[in-house]
Amino acid sequence: MSPEGAQNFRTGDTPQPDVIILAHKLTREYDMGSELVRALRGVSVQIRKNEYVAVMGPSGSGKSTLMNLIGCLDTPTSGEYWLNSQKVSDLADDELARIRNKEIGFVFQTFNLLPRADALHNVELPLIYAGLSARGRRARAAQALVRVGLGDRMDHRPNELSGGQRQRVAIARALVNDPSILLADEPTGNLDSTTSAEIMQVFGDLHRQGQTVVMVTHEHDIAAHAARVITLRDGLVATDQRKAA
Amino acid sequence: MPLFEAIVLALGQLRAQKLKSGFSLLGVFVGVTFLIAAWSIVNGMNVYMTEQFAGRLIGVNTFHLRRRPNFTPNISDSTWRAWARRPRITFGDAEAVTAAITAPVITAWESSDRVTVEGSGKKVLDVEVTGATERYFDIKNLAIANGRAFTAHEVRSGVPVIVLGEDIALKLFPSRDPIGRQVRISGQAYRVIGVVAHQGKIFGFSLDRFAVAPARSPIQDLVNPPGIIDALIVKAGSVEAMRAAMLEAEGVMRSRHHLRPRQDNNFVLETSEGVLAFWGGIKRILMFVGPGLVGVALVVGGIVIMNIMLMAVAERTREIGLRKSLGARRTDILRQFLAESVTIAVVGASIGILTGIGLSILLDAVTPLPASVSVASIILGVVIGGGVGIVAGVYPATRAARLDPIAALRQE
Repeated sequence: MSPEGAQNFRTGDTPQPDVIILAHKLTREYDMGSELVRALRGVSVQIRKNEYVAVMGPSGSGKSTLMNLIGCLDTPTSGEYWLNSQKVSDLADDELARIRNKEIGFVFQTFNLLPRADALHNVELPLIYAGLSARGRRARAAQALVRVGLGDRMDHRPNELSGGQRQRVAIARALVNDPSILLADEPTGNLDSTTSAEIMQVFGDLHRQGQTVVMVTHEHDIAAHAARVITLRDGLVATDQRKAA
Repeated sequence: MPLFEAIVLALGQLRAQKLKSGFSLLGVFVGVTFLIAAWSIVNGMNVYMTEQFAGRLIGVNTFHLRRRPNFTPNISDSTWRAWARRPRITFGDAEAVTAAITAPVITAWESSDRVTVEGSGKKVLDVEVTGATERYFDIKNLAIANGRAFTAHEVRSGVPVIVLGEDIALKLFPSRDPIGRQVRISGQAYRVIGVVAHQGKIFGFSLDRFAVAPARSPIQDLVNPPGIIDALIVKAGSVEAMRAAMLEAEGVMRSRHHLRPRQDNNFVLETSEGVLAFWGGIKRILMFVGPGLVGVALVVGGIVIMNIMLMAVAERTREIGLRKSLGARRTDILRQFLAESVTIAVVGASIGILTGIGLSILLDAVTPLPASVSVASIILGVVIGGGVGIVAGVYPATRAARLDPIAALRQE
């Protein structure tokens, strides 16, 4: 149980250049009025470039909280979080938005596509906030859709697509801004087993192309696709196992 | 997100939810429609009152010497009775005043009544027949289209000749030249010597339904008691000349009526200013009431938009969470929702402007109310629409911008 060099990191250090994610003694507490909920109680993790990591754990273990911190949707109560050599744990709201836009590609369990927009427009969304011109956006969004095998479905709306296709659109959207990490939260939770396998194939392909993938899941056979499985329990890292290559 | 994107997005939202958006822009639509239409009517009335009504009925740089004001809104009974006791304006008064005025003016007598005019076996009821002197046509800007006006000599001798308004001429002599023919007014025959050019309408009333005969012709017994006239009209070339003439006329009349210095005039020197002042009063009321009504509609419209926007924020919480997770900053979300409420309001205002213009044109065409659309009201309509949109949108948009992305994404 050695969280990969994270233990060697000291406050005041800077992470090594190939470390994409460095969490150092992250805690997150929620003040629920009467009681203090300690969702994370000191999590230290390092994830290097082009790793494929699954985060597992029972509900209440803190995996969603860790996910939100890694995704820069939330800030830790204490500890340091470095993303791609940039310390983000004490950034302000707008800077976090910029980090989310540039560094992180979210894939959600429920896809979260805009129902009235076609696939191309859905994939364009992050580029709007990146400030790209309409023409540049369209080209890159189209490219991303081709990459996930939906080159022929660009003008389809989500309700004209199957579940697997919708998740592919969501993956294309996550990829379109060329993020440091692809952050997937139960990406197959709403899909049947055949489609799940298809989507896991997509993640596998992306990983082989050099993409860093972090995936939260509670299904062992999904986690089995990852090269490394981190298990959380009671707000702490319980195990951190690496598959023999 | 650039503003343009936000507006495109807002228009898309509007198109996607036509019914809801339709309701939400109703308030602004009604307010702006009313604004444009009411403004057009006031504007049109204004042009009418200053250029047409006051100018036609009294005339520029012109005053009327009368026993009592001709334009008398809201007069109490006691005032009316006091006016009725005043001495009337006599031929002698008119001659004395005309002789006393040294300023360069032209004058005319005027005495009118509504009577029946007959001719060539036909009859026209309720015609404004006036006994006047020869300069009357010049003062009233009545151009003669056919024949001639009567002369000073005909006025002095009281020759029974008559000049007809276009309506009367056409009704009595539809297919023949009326010049030289006879008309009869309460049994007395008059020879038609002229027809006045087309005058049009004012508030829906024809201005061509009249006839003018020399003041001392037999018409005098019909329109007034002997030796009495309704008014002496004095037209000057300038405001200064008019003021000078008014002072002279006032002096002459006061001495003829034996008024002591502290006594009030028992006659009036009425100018178009009086009519315009009366109109000014009405306009002030309209200008006060109009914006009030517009304001109420806009406040209601704003509240409706605010509610719709709050609903939109609640409905689209998940979308907001998603946009934030994809990198939207608070200002992006704020701008998106603000653009949406402004777009709703401006679309409402634009439809309101078009409807208002249409309504004004319609009113102008089918009712006697004159209406003329003012550019200022259109600009104001757009500005007000945008303003309402911003005011109504700030609170919902701020709420949207402040949403916590994690909670927003979790929302079902």
